[in-house]
Amino acid sequence: MLVVSYIVYLIASICFIFGIKKLASPKTARQGNQLAAVGMLLAIVVTLLDRRVLSFEWIIAGIIIGSAIGAVFALKVKMTGMPQMVGLLNGFGGGASVLVALSEYERIYFGNQQFEVNTMVTIVLSILIGSVTFTGSLIAFGKLQELITGKVIKYPFQHPLNALLILGVFVAGVIVVINPSNIELLLIITAVSLVLGVLLVLPIGGADMPVAISLLNSYSGIAASMTGFVLSNNMLIIAGALVGASGIILTIIMCKGMNRSLMNVVLGGWESAGTSGPSKSVSSPKGQVKSIDSEELAMLLDSVSSVIIVPGYGMAVAQAQHAVRDLMTVLEKKGVKVRFAIHPVAGRMPGHMNVLLAEAQVEYDKLLAMEDINDDFPNTDVVIIIGANDVVNPAARHDQNSPIYGMPILNVDYAKTVIINKRSLNVGYAGIDNELFFYPNALMYFGDAKEAITRLVNELKSS
Amino acid sequence: MEGFILLMQIYVFVLAIFVGFELITKVPPTLHTPLMSGSNAISGITIVGALLSAGVEEMSISTILGFIAIIFAMINVVGGFLVTDRMLKMFKKK
Repeated sequence: MLVVSYIVYLIASICFIFGIKKLASPKTARQGNQLAAVGMLLAIVVTLLDRRVLSFEWIIAGIIIGSAIGAVFALKVKMTGMPQMVGLLNGFGGGASVLVALSEYERIYFGNQQFEVNTMVTIVLSILIGSVTFTGSLIAFGKLQELITGKVIKYPFQHPLNALLILGVFVAGVIVVINPSNIELLLIITAVSLVLGVLLVLPIGGADMPVAISLLNSYSGIAASMTGFVLSNNMLIIAGALVGASGIILTIIMCKGMNRSLMNVVLGGWESAGTSGPSKSVSSPKGQVKSIDSEELAMLLDSVSSVIIVPGYGMAVAQAQHAVRDLMTVLEKKGVKVRFAIHPVAGRMPGHMNVLLAEAQVEYDKLLAMEDINDDFPNTDVVIIIGANDVVNPAARHDQNSPIYGMPILNVDYAKTVIINKRSLNVGYAGIDNELFFYPNALMYFGDAKEAITRLVNELKSS
Repeated sequence: MEGFILLMQIYVFVLAIFVGFELITKVPPTLHTPLMSGSNAISGITIVGALLSAGVEEMSISTILGFIAIIFAMINVVGGFLVTDRMLKMFKKK
């Protein structure tokens, strides 16, 4: 029986690997996800047949409750709420790892069995990583759901306090490994790790959330791997490692998209942001900002042949993705070539804009990544920026005093005309002025994204 | 012997990370959100541990912890796979 279950675990691992492999193309991605789900089902069924599983009441109750909650979440969540959803799911994964590790510890402790050094090390690591993932993800969820402020939150002695807690957990961990029967200390480690999760994510500001969510995703995978070490189960180790690798890669991509080191993001906020507000050293070329109304803009768009739309977090906030799709449709009817330029860190999680536009039935081959479209801006008649700011700020290219200097940006200013839809002239996340607004080829189109774009679409239809 | 088993597990872990890197670098940016939610569902594999904890015969603290772990892991698994499927359904080409 044992052999059979290990073979099934191997098959499940292969399902996960091929499932992720099929995510390489939108055509096969759905199939890939389903394949991974089949792998999971196999793993669950064969575990239920394990001879150690003797009572099923709790298991059935747990499976029904968990599945029901998961299904309601998955079917109710709006596409704009996807970052929160992923944040929350990360948290539950981490939480499950902590509980399994504690449960395994209790079993050995009360069963008066011998603690192995290996097992203790991995139990402590499971608890540490799982707890940080759990509470960290809950804080990330709270921030994205705006239950708590999305701003950078600094607290006194932030770095020394965190360093002290991390050091404390490691020291306590070593003591517990040497003296495994010290159950109080293990519970203290759990409590401190839970607090650490809160303290580490609290300082991370809204626009840095893509990094935080990716990193927590990675942690949830590593926590699952650690559980695999605790249980000596290779399938858990493999599945967890795949997820861990995925999260790390996304984290690196997000950090590159902001030209910041992981350390800088984790420690919280742009150097100047949140504390000093707009930095005074930045030379902002104040001048005349020109604005345009929907009627003029419709006339302008009537005579162009190519348009690139640049969506940002503002589009998600205003739920404007359907209006933007209407804009694309009406322009295409007039023979205009419409494409979308997606900055890697647009929105609140990797790929956030793509999912919103897919929901609005924009075909995915019209969504181009920054490196694929950046050379096309000089040949483009009109760029329409909807709710994006820092990712199109030309200061990143030339102003060495700017906090975003060196960050890769969409070269929208090279287009013939740049339309910026924004509610006001307010600064973006980095807390700096955007000199683009003052460029001679830039026109501001003020208004809430959804309302303003709908107005524009109506103008275009009637013209 | 025990150390040897640990070493084998570390082998598997390290090799799986390499496989993960190879696979995930090929996922296009447009699918990064479904990648996150889908891989998230996979990390719900902890359910296996939870089932073993909750399935012991006599009721104990271990059972309760396992029970809560099952709920958490199942939210992760069912929520993750379903929401990923919902998203991927929407990705269409002209």
